[in-house]
Amino acid sequence: MQPNLTHLRQLEAESIHIIREVAASFEKPVMLYSIGKDSSVLLHLARKAFYPAPPPFPLMHVDTTWKFREMIAFRDRMAAEYGFDLIVHINQDGVDRGIGPFTHGSGLHTDVMKTESLKQALNKYKFDAAFGGARRDEEKARAKERVFSFRTETHRWDPKNQRPELWDIYNARINKGESIRAFPISNWTELDIWQYIYLENIPIVPLYYSAKRPVVERDGMLIMVDDDRMPMNPGEVPQMRSVRFRTLGCYPLTGAVESDAATLPDIIQEMLLTRSSERQGRMIDHDQAGSMEKKKQEGYF
Amino acid sequence: MAHKSDLIADDILGYLKAQEEKSLLRFITCGSVDDGKSTLIGRLLWDSKLIFEDQLAALEADSRKVGTQGGEIDFALLLDGLQAEREQGITIDVAYRFFSTDKRKFIVADTPGHEQYTRNMATGASTADVAVILIDARKGILTQTRRHSFITSLLGIRHVVLAVNKMDLIDYDQGTFDAIVAEYHAFAGQLNYSSITAIPLSALRGDNILANSPNIPWYDGPALMAYLETVQVEQESIEKPFRLPVQWVNRPNLDFRGFSGTVASGVVKPGDDIIVTASGQTSKVRDIVTFDGNLDQAIAGQAITLTLEDEIDISRGDVLAHADAKPDFADQFEAQIIWMHEDHLLPGRPYLIKMGAQISNAQISDLKYKVNVNTLEHVAGKTLELNEVGVANIATDRALAFDPYLENRHSGRFIIIDRYTNATVGAGMVNHSLRRATNIKWQEMDINKGARAYQKGQKSAVLWFTGLSGAGKSTIANLVEKKLHALGKHTYTLDGDNVRHGLNKDLGFTDADRVENIRRVAETAKLFVDAGMITLVSFISPFRSERQLARGLLEPGEFIEVFVDTPLEICEQRDIKGLYKKARDGQIANFTGIDSPYEKPQNAEITVNTTSQSAEAAAELVVAKLEEFGVLGTWYPDI
Repeated sequence: MQPNLTHLRQLEAESIHIIREVAASFEKPVMLYSIGKDSSVLLHLARKAFYPAPPPFPLMHVDTTWKFREMIAFRDRMAAEYGFDLIVHINQDGVDRGIGPFTHGSGLHTDVMKTESLKQALNKYKFDAAFGGARRDEEKARAKERVFSFRTETHRWDPKNQRPELWDIYNARINKGESIRAFPISNWTELDIWQYIYLENIPIVPLYYSAKRPVVERDGMLIMVDDDRMPMNPGEVPQMRSVRFRTLGCYPLTGAVESDAATLPDIIQEMLLTRSSERQGRMIDHDQAGSMEKKKQEGYF
Repeated sequence: MAHKSDLIADDILGYLKAQEEKSLLRFITCGSVDDGKSTLIGRLLWDSKLIFEDQLAALEADSRKVGTQGGEIDFALLLDGLQAEREQGITIDVAYRFFSTDKRKFIVADTPGHEQYTRNMATGASTADVAVILIDARKGILTQTRRHSFITSLLGIRHVVLAVNKMDLIDYDQGTFDAIVAEYHAFAGQLNYSSITAIPLSALRGDNILANSPNIPWYDGPALMAYLETVQVEQESIEKPFRLPVQWVNRPNLDFRGFSGTVASGVVKPGDDIIVTASGQTSKVRDIVTFDGNLDQAIAGQAITLTLEDEIDISRGDVLAHADAKPDFADQFEAQIIWMHEDHLLPGRPYLIKMGAQISNAQISDLKYKVNVNTLEHVAGKTLELNEVGVANIATDRALAFDPYLENRHSGRFIIIDRYTNATVGAGMVNHSLRRATNIKWQEMDINKGARAYQKGQKSAVLWFTGLSGAGKSTIANLVEKKLHALGKHTYTLDGDNVRHGLNKDLGFTDADRVENIRRVAETAKLFVDAGMITLVSFISPFRSERQLARGLLEPGEFIEVFVDTPLEICEQRDIKGLYKKARDGQIANFTGIDSPYEKPQNAEITVNTTSQSAEAAAELVVAKLEEFGVLGTWYPDI
């Protein structure tokens, strides 16, 4: 009898298969790099897929200009360390219009600086396939997402008209201007991601670990004061508290959790004992039921 | 998300170590809303404590709003993903759900059970190793039970759980349960299951879900979770012959040449004798390379890179096997087909088949019969409609490597793609090859393309000259043809203007007509290629997609794009036919370069520049390239 593969090794192999298939099937793929833990895993898998060669595609970060400073520092450090091609795209039009989460609200900010910006970047570089780190367990609308998700020329997703996806055979045929979003870690859960990071010793942004950080409490969320662009409400004074982040995005939109988890096993332990799901820390999902599905149709990842 | 293990709080490192050893099981649940399928999955998630508090709050709110359990928690709502279908109360696509216990991680494909969703069930079943088929104990075996069983068996699932649900509503009556099981066994004899496990349960009450229920003392088999945690499935693919479909050739530098792919079945070790199915070339495995170091062996399911002892030609789409256990290799086979698109299957229409990393043009040549998915009866038919299943012969334009699906579930499976819309229109599973190319290799010497070209001492090909009007395409093509003729080659030229006077004189200049124009020319060129000719096509063909269409009709290497790269200003200066002037004066609409775009080739095999070289020099360059590509030398068809 041969030993069977563990669940993490099976998930890893499935992801590598998908990454290789995209690289072989498209002329100009790109890996979207959001700097979060899922992106860290995705990047690690891409390095495994083509070893000893480097991944045959660039990484692209769509920068909203409101990311945590530690995220940007981590991004640049990883780029230098692994020697990958990094494209950073910022929606200059949005910057010129002064769009930001404090002045325009999370909806418009995300729309202009993230969704629109991503479309801009894909058009600019003419990428025909883009890897994303979305997982099916994150949210209901994602549970039905394909691994190769077809997008029209205007980057729209049509949940009613998806290509059937059988076995590990993916239909990579597109016409000019159309594209595929590929999700190699579709079948991973949050716990799988953490276990894999632990097992493989994958670097992640320090914000995931607990530390004393300056935060204010707003609408039931702990928001970190990451720079001086954050306006203080009357009477509001940032407090130093032991907090960490379960998910990373734009700092004004990402809630911290109080925690003492300072190591990976601590984080995993805390996650397993906690009772709220990870996307709860994100403001965009709160707007209305089915909001993620709407965003996805419009081209959000 | 509290797993039940006490280790989490007491010994997290011990817990993590134990979790690393977990295996993975994929299963599919089949049944309709009424059978309590969503309730069952909701219950499994609930009982394995994988529902977070915020999800629970949303679930409670939804249950009050649209629930069907009178304000009680409606587990089904946890599963229905897309907003539009939530109010309808049915699941209409495939949703994947995840939960885990201390022993295993599970991926559940949740698919609808109605007949019009056969497509979705087949999709969910394709990656599952176990099927859980739900039956309402009050109703017994229904038409849909047969349908679900047939589809899951067809897709190669070998282990089925007959989940007889709602036992609480028949007072946990053993007689009723036994009668249902007996009837099912009688029916399932026609299918290819290797194990059938019948479990009486109640998803709503939780009977026999996590643990054996005191309400059903007469049942001594496993509870559902105990079964799912222990059923053995992985071993089956490891015991099959070794197959490695090559996805990617890894060539970072001249010293390393690796062949990357996922082991579909079997085991491979360094030193093994391997064969490339298509070419028959053999070598030995040198190393099994991974990021984590070289391996002593690789088993089914592992994504690896192989290096070989010898430098042999292998590319994406090749299938590597052990030299003594090769797969079939044929260009005609019989297959089971599931149709998945609103546009009917049209025998004779050109489709693409993607089988692993192999892609080929294909024709579905002959529909033998359709299968009634409810009764399993064979029905005569010419075509397949959405959600229909049938058996047909398929002819591909190049031989493919596969095993009969029934023998090896990780081989001999394919999707069918419409060449024009790019939609995935069907899926298929090979029954057997028709021309036993592996046993009888080309015994009858067909007079085919290769034979015809061989007789002419050349390799047939299309030289596709593209460029603006007045770029010099026809002039250069004419010179090239003269040179080839002088070399004793057999040629023919299809010229844009000439074809428009005859074959295509019914076509105008609308977008649709332009595409049809190109299509006819490309199909004609293909016939000439089949006749063994070197065919010169001289056409503006401004759109990349059109040229791609032409390229797609031919085999790799047969389509040689010649870009006559003359800038617009020069063409307009020359204006040999006076057309640019007319276009500028508005007398001709949609004129390429003026008010209709010309999309330059990105990877033309040959580019000539008529501003820096004479037409004569350009023609010489083209002939030299043909020599380099092997078109002019005698070649040997693989007989």
